[in-house]
Amino acid sequence: MASLSHLPRVRIQAHDFDLGAEVRDLRAGDAGVGAVVAFVGTVRDRGSAGSPQLSGMELEHYPGMTEKSIEAMVDEAVARFQIRAVRVIHRVGPLALQDQIVLVAVSSAHRAEAFQACEFLMDYLKTQAPFWKKEHAVDGSSRWVDARVADDAALVRWGLDDVAGNAPPPQPAERP
Amino acid sequence: MMAAAITVHLRYFASLREALGPGGPVPAPQGTTVAQLRRLLQAQDEAHARALADDRLLRCAVDQGLCVDVHQVLGDGAEVAFFPPVTGG
Repeated sequence: MASLSHLPRVRIQAHDFDLGAEVRDLRAGDAGVGAVVAFVGTVRDRGSAGSPQLSGMELEHYPGMTEKSIEAMVDEAVARFQIRAVRVIHRVGPLALQDQIVLVAVSSAHRAEAFQACEFLMDYLKTQAPFWKKEHAVDGSSRWVDARVADDAALVRWGLDDVAGNAPPPQPAERP
Repeated sequence: MMAAAITVHLRYFASLREALGPGGPVPAPQGTTVAQLRRLLQAQDEAHARALADDRLLRCAVDQGLCVDVHQVLGDGAEVAFFPPVTGG
């Protein structure tokens, strides 16, 4: 993939990002681009309208491993799909309701590959990249968000080293 | 322990960091595997025993790569991170 940007394609940052500016930058100078797919994840309140449950959240990550593992997955996406450029931004630190959390943007000649690569990268970010969300509730309490353990691709088979009978239960293959 | 010791650099994240602190260097016997290191840490005290107890909620990375083989033998100076399942995106 020819990198057309002066900015790193993977960024972990506390500050917000500008979707329009990122997409412009992603496809700048590349007349071979016919499609750009961009996914933005945002901070969602679990409550209903009029009775919010959350006041915000906080994102922790594993500095070093985060960047390295996402870079490796972008390489994998470039190898798998006919895409031209990739941009991944994941925010860390304190975030307010409705804030942008994550951007995955992919350019390609045709839309199918851009959609597929974008979903491939988001699936990876959700299940394997070392980020953890902590929700702050309006009542002042806070809690770490539970992962959907069943579709966690990073599941460790600790049970193999343990005494018989202490193995983890079989993991269902289907998503909820 | 008669075997020569290695030093492992521990890192904890999220709920494990809150329970156990950020980590730091710990000695371990030569030939220690990831699973054995977990047991050694759990033997330290009640807080470690509890925080590292649940197989389903414990993930691990060695030298900043996800650990899939808990029989992996750790080298001197290895960075080993323990954390709950990730929730990014």
